[in-house]
Amino acid sequence: MTSTPTLVLAALVLAVGTLAFRLAGPALSSRVELSAEVGRLMSTAAVVLLTALVAVTALTQGHGFAGVARPAGVGVAALLAWRRAPFVLVVLGAAATAAGLRLLGLP
Amino acid sequence: MRSIWRTLGPVWRRHIALLCLADAVVGASFGALAMGSGLPGWLPVLLSLVVFAGAAQFMFVGILAAGGNPFAAVAAGLLVNARHLPFGFAVREAIGHGWLRRLVGSHLMADETVAFTLAEADPARRRVVYWATGMALFVCWNLGVLLGVYGGTVVHDTDALGLDAAFPAVLVAVVLPALRDPVTRRAALVGAAVALAATTVLPAGLPVLLALVGVLFAVRWGRAKPSPDGSGVLP
Repeated sequence: MTSTPTLVLAALVLAVGTLAFRLAGPALSSRVELSAEVGRLMSTAAVVLLTALVAVTALTQGHGFAGVARPAGVGVAALLAWRRAPFVLVVLGAAATAAGLRLLGLP
Repeated sequence: MRSIWRTLGPVWRRHIALLCLADAVVGASFGALAMGSGLPGWLPVLLSLVVFAGAAQFMFVGILAAGGNPFAAVAAGLLVNARHLPFGFAVREAIGHGWLRRLVGSHLMADETVAFTLAEADPARRRVVYWATGMALFVCWNLGVLLGVYGGTVVHDTDALGLDAAFPAVLVAVVLPALRDPVTRRAALVGAAVALAATTVLPAGLPVLLALVGVLFAVRWGRAKPSPDGSGVLP
């Protein structure tokens, strides 16, 4: 097992690196004035990343397919959200669908 | 904090409370998992306080628990968190100005916080949504982790509760209104397809970053606009 000082150091390096990623945008904004066009592109980039995150977390596990239950749950959520169902219902619908399918023995 | 909570309004308060509950359960499972893998109890607590990024924390602990090298664990965590770089540019106005505000606000950045913030059309309210979601998630996530570490086996299997579907479900509900804009939608669909294809071969973290290829499609075929009415599932 890794020694305690190494673990602390590793956690701190990850923390500092993560903060650097997060801080770059807000910190640079005072020096670099982004045009409205670039600002819009950044919002688009965030939506693209979030959508990809949905696709990857909903459909995959490791390098393979996640099984049936989770994608089905997220599919129900997408349908509910598209029909403008309340947010609570969207999230609970996803969890209940996935849990229900697993209870029936589907992966 | 209290004035932020009041300005927020009941609908956003409900959304954030639900998100908090889901994240606390996932946090508890993270704490329990880290303990179960034989790592010291302070490690998941420290990670949750100073890194505050669920996916990277799971990856970091998973690699160490599998007997992996700490360098590999840090590198994988940073790869997973690299998406926060463009996030920072997208929400910088909501974070606000002044070095302390930027420092603290940046630390509170999370997928759900960014998604909630972008779902709010009004710039002044965006700031309130960002800070309220960020602070609430920080508190709930860390409490959840503590519960998992010291409560031990509170949550055995989050998959049996379907909670693994809850995180993508939250993001679906929040990004859907932005996808009503055809240019953004095309960019997002191309990005998601690229990420899915890359997942079969590339290490975790990289596929999601590769999705940024989709942004080129927004540049190529017209300008991206925010959703016309800014309305959707969220207010």
